[in-house]
This record gives sequence, structure tokens and C-alpha cells, in this order.
Amino acid sequence: MHIMEGFLPLYWCIFWSIISFPFVAYGVYLLKRLAGEHRDTLPLLAVSGAFIFVLSSLKLPSVTGSCSHPTGTGLGAILFGPFLTAILGVIVLLYQAVFLAHGGLTTLGANVFSMAIAGPFLGYGIYRGGKAIGLNTFVTIFLAAALTDLFTYVITSLQLALAFPAQMGGIITSFTTFAAIFALTQIPLAIMEGIIIALTFKHIIQARADILLRLNVLTPDQVKKVQESIA
Amino acid sequence: MKYTLEVIAILAVILFAALFMIQNAGKQRTLAPGEEVWSSADDEASKIIESSGYQPWFTPIWTPPSAEIESLLFSIQAAGGALVIGYFFGYYRGRAERP
Repeated sequence: MHIMEGFLPLYWCIFWSIISFPFVAYGVYLLKRLAGEHRDTLPLLAVSGAFIFVLSSLKLPSVTGSCSHPTGTGLGAILFGPFLTAILGVIVLLYQAVFLAHGGLTTLGANVFSMAIAGPFLGYGIYRGGKAIGLNTFVTIFLAAALTDLFTYVITSLQLALAFPAQMGGIITSFTTFAAIFALTQIPLAIMEGIIIALTFKHIIQARADILLRLNVLTPDQVKKVQESIA
Repeated sequence: MKYTLEVIAILAVILFAALFMIQNAGKQRTLAPGEEVWSSADDEASKIIESSGYQPWFTPIWTPPSAEIESLLFSIQAAGGALVIGYFFGYYRGRAERP
């Protein structure tokens, strides 16, 4: 989903940076509060960040014949919400832009918006929605994580379509072209990511259900149900 | 039902790998000389943009000088992340088993 360095016209770089900035700034505020009030949750935040590091470094082959990578942002979105996940995403995208020439500094705002804001927001919404209607916890997590991943690539396609509308057919034609490259390639990867994050979540519940309760990720009832189902 | 998720994950990985092996075998047979498969989706999008006549106006401040260096940096990224995940899961596990 990385838009390469210099591959967005300057005004779009500025536009996406301005859009992304408040989300990251609010994330920094939330991080300070989290570090003050819930210090014992910080290891889980580190794990969520580490997940993005690992998964976004794995370029996997897909059915379309090209390679892409999962995002790993679903775990952070479910556990800590989209704003804190935005910070984690910025760190990873900066590392890749500076050391790997993967993505870029000029396109950082756009890449942060797709991977660290838009995707996690959708995933967080799906998780909260699934929880509210009482959907099976693991199914909810699978859907949230997989769609976080997929939506990131849909947004990247949209960003490129807006910046480079096709001469014939404009933005919609252009979006179809980019979505065929990005979103289609991503479908099997998103499914894998959903399964892996659901599995990881099971182990987090086994290890520290108390933190999940405190972060209001799960209700005591849900924890009981899950623990019975995996006992 | 203790290991349902583990079983699903393993089956998914096997299916994913098998799909790739089969598809790759097919692709390698019909590959024209100089044609590339399994390239990055990011690069393919960049190519389409460049074919419209667009010139990137900024180049990366540093590019890994070879594929080896690039894979080194990607490995460091993955290893660092895996280290953090393993450390904290191990810590939680040990904590839970303490009397």
C-alpha cells in the first residue's frame, strides 16, 4: 500500500498530511494519558506495534501474481483504538521510508492515512459493532482485522485515483485500475492476517484477561465465555 | 475445542502455500524471457502512474544499495518485532505460572 516517494503531486502530499496530523496529535495525547493511568497496558501496546513491524515486513505472493504485505494494524485498533494505532503506524512507516526507500517522506501523510488511520478506524468500528450485537468474539476479531487490512488498500487505491484520474473515465476508471492491483492482491493476505490476529488474541486472553477488561475490550461475560470455549 | 484456532491457522498457511506453489509452477512454464512475476504491487502501481507521463518530483533520501542490504533491513524490522512479541508473551506466561 505504500505510495512511493515523490509519486503524489505536492498538493496531495500536503492535503493528506493536514488530514492525518490531528489524528496522530490526538494519539500522542492519548498515549500520554495511557502512560500515566494504565502503565501496565504499555507492554500490550508494544506488542501491537511489534505486530505491525513484523507483518508489514512480510511481502507475500498473492493470487494476482504480485506481492504485497499485510498491515498488522488490526490488533492495535482492537486493543487500543485507532488513535493510538495511528502513532504505531507512523513509527513503522517512518522506518520503512527512511531506511528502505519503501513509501516516502513526501507521501508519509497519505500512507499514514490509509494504513494507520482509515483501516484501524474501520476495524475498531467493526469490533465494537460485533461486540455490541453479541457476535462470537473470535469471528468479530477475524472480521475486524481482515477488513482493517483490506480497507487500507482500498483507500490507497482511492488516493491514487484522486491524484491520477484516467483521461477516459476519470476517477472511477482509475480507481478500478488501482484497486485491481492493490485490493484484489490483498484479499488472501487479509484473510491470513485475520486468522493470525484472532489466534494471537486468544493467547492475550489466556495471559492477561485482566488488562482486556480494564481497556474495556471485553466484558467479564465475554471473557468467561471465551475461556470456557478454549478450556 | 482447545486448539480449533491453531488448526485453522495451520490449514490456512498450508492452503496459502499450496496455492502459491501451484500457481508459480504454471507461471514459470509460460514465462517470457525478461518477464517478471511476483513483483511488488507498489511497483506495479508506480509503473502505471509513470506510464501516464508523470515524473516523481522527489527521490528517496537513501535507497538500500542492493537487494541483500534491503532484505537485511527488512529482516531487522521483522526480528525486532518478533523479539518484542516473544519477550512479553514469555513474561506473561512465566508470571502466570509463578505460585
